[in-house]
Amino acid sequence: MKRISLTLSVLLGLGLTAATQAAEPIRIGSVLSVSGPAAFLGDPELKTLQLYVERLNAAGGLLGRPLELVHYDDAGEAAKANTFVKRLIASDKVDVILGGTTTGATMAAVPLVEKAQLPFISFAGAVVIVDPVKPWVFKTPHTDRMACEKVFADMHKRGLLRVALLSETSGFGKSGHDQCVDVAPAQGVSIVVDETYGAKDTDMSAQLTKVRGSDAQAVLVFGLGQSPAIVTKNYRQLGIELPLYQSHGVASKEFLALAGAAAEGVRLPSPALLVADKLADSDPQKAVVTGYTAAYTQKFGGEVSTFGGYAYDGLMLWADAVKRAGSVEADKVRAALEATRGYVGASGVVNMSPSDHMGLDASAFRMLEVRDGGWTLVD
Amino acid sequence: MKLLDSRYGGLLLLAAGLLLLPWLAGNAYLLDVANRIAINAIIAVGLNLLIGYAGQISLGHAGFLGLGAYASAILCGSYDWPAWLALLSAAAGVALLAFLVARPILRLKGHYLAMATLGLGMIVSLVLSNESALTGGPDGMAVPGLVLFGWEPQGERAWYWIFATLLLLAIWLAQNLIDSPLGRALRAVHGSEVAARVAGVDTTACKVQVFVISAVFAAIAGSLSAHYTGFVTPGQASFLHSVELVTMVVIGGMASTYGAVLGAALMTLLPQLLSGLEDYEMLVFGLILMVSMIVLPQGLLPGLRGWLQTRRAA
Repeated sequence: MKRISLTLSVLLGLGLTAATQAAEPIRIGSVLSVSGPAAFLGDPELKTLQLYVERLNAAGGLLGRPLELVHYDDAGEAAKANTFVKRLIASDKVDVILGGTTTGATMAAVPLVEKAQLPFISFAGAVVIVDPVKPWVFKTPHTDRMACEKVFADMHKRGLLRVALLSETSGFGKSGHDQCVDVAPAQGVSIVVDETYGAKDTDMSAQLTKVRGSDAQAVLVFGLGQSPAIVTKNYRQLGIELPLYQSHGVASKEFLALAGAAAEGVRLPSPALLVADKLADSDPQKAVVTGYTAAYTQKFGGEVSTFGGYAYDGLMLWADAVKRAGSVEADKVRAALEATRGYVGASGVVNMSPSDHMGLDASAFRMLEVRDGGWTLVD
Repeated sequence: MKLLDSRYGGLLLLAAGLLLLPWLAGNAYLLDVANRIAINAIIAVGLNLLIGYAGQISLGHAGFLGLGAYASAILCGSYDWPAWLALLSAAAGVALLAFLVARPILRLKGHYLAMATLGLGMIVSLVLSNESALTGGPDGMAVPGLVLFGWEPQGERAWYWIFATLLLLAIWLAQNLIDSPLGRALRAVHGSEVAARVAGVDTTACKVQVFVISAVFAAIAGSLSAHYTGFVTPGQASFLHSVELVTMVVIGGMASTYGAVLGAALMTLLPQLLSGLEDYEMLVFGLILMVSMIVLPQGLLPGLRGWLQTRRAA
């Protein structure tokens, strides 16, 4: 046992010394869910960070110092994220922490960064991360609430004031449902039918029949994956003529492939990143999203995802703040981050303030319509 | 090595090691790793009673851990219960649940038992992710700090003393249990259930008791770790976590309490030590586990002890 505990302490010691290094480079810490159930989010995030740290270094680094990315994989577990954030703070002595792919991982890190007083930019969705505002915590993705607002604003503009809401019973659908119900009155629309379906259901005709029998003027579906495509097909089979809206959860090529011709005329909110080539040249985000898409696909192939865009914004918002602060000192960077105005990123135009640590508004979403099997911008 | 064979020698050695560790592990991160090892070790020691001594398998122990964690999160966070009361209620509630399901489940053997415990863990995990009004859903929920009669542990060091004390307590309990009539009955069950029953052992009662005890160990560790981390997610109760717990027991050495502690230490340390390997982390991790099971099939501690004895004899 003596020998074992000796070996253990040696092992622990090795872990410590291997991680301490000269203070010359600026150290960026990140904890992402690169493996585990949230890997489809964490993987493009890490790739984006690696790609852009490399590019920033090729351009001479920041403040004349090179950047170094210290990355740990939390495998989607909040407890692991908690340990790794402690490691980044206590052992690696990083200057900023980016990430927290999931809301759980982010919230497990929040008390630690608040105590250590270190700038922290999360890539997770939930509103709780920045509401109430915590001094050292920022986030880049837009929220479900903004998707609801975008859809309702578009309906209101078209004079569609009575809405049927059809939501999935998954985490995504549940959260979207609650946010939509919450914002509907403020947007001047009322929800007259409120139906749910299971994420693995293969037919939603029953729910849609109720919609058809109601006085609703438009339908909003909030779900992920295959089921929104099934709803769309059922919708056409039942011959419902009302305008159909989907959430940003289906803003991907798979939805078009699954729903086929039934998707014609469907409207949905989407970040500009997915329609980079369709944006007008005068669009402020055009240069950023086409640049990111080109760099990412050239290096890794495949399609860009909005999740990688969140990581891009996190890194670039921080780099921008460091440049303006002229230092990596935590309190100066924090103040500069909070003072970010008019930063144009992959997810939208960011205007931070002491009461808003996300800084995006509903204009971060674009309203798309499916026409001839492809996306068309409608506003 | 003789020390390890007596009931308290190993405990004294471990206590000495635990006392010294904070001076070796200087920063908060290293103490955090030590704390995580202690949490896992408490659960592994409990699970080892079930797997190593009674010869029953449980693929649902993360479920009990998750129940303990969420009981503390919900009772303290949403209903303002004092932490000690939430902890005791979690332990009592899990004990009751374990007792109720143990009788029908422990009638099963081999694959069927594994499947039933797996189902139990899955149900807990599903409830935790779906009852979002209560549990915060897949995103999890925050847990207030542990306040015990006006005292709140601040920082990793204070927590370290709590976990270290509990670990010693858990080992002491386990060692005593193993040497008690129940412990001997359990080993008889492990050897041959039929023979044990013929010899007059109430095998069902034995198995139920040890199942409840190991579930309570997991619930208490879960409850404290929830306070310690400050956040719980349904991932705590996942099937993969259950498998991880079983791996700790198996790799450390079944039917060896210190083996379970060693297994917990290894399974917690390795991901930290290998994190520099990035993409190859999982590969190397798996390889280390595979090789150690091939070379030391009876587990690390019994295997090492056997190797030392043969070397000394030669």
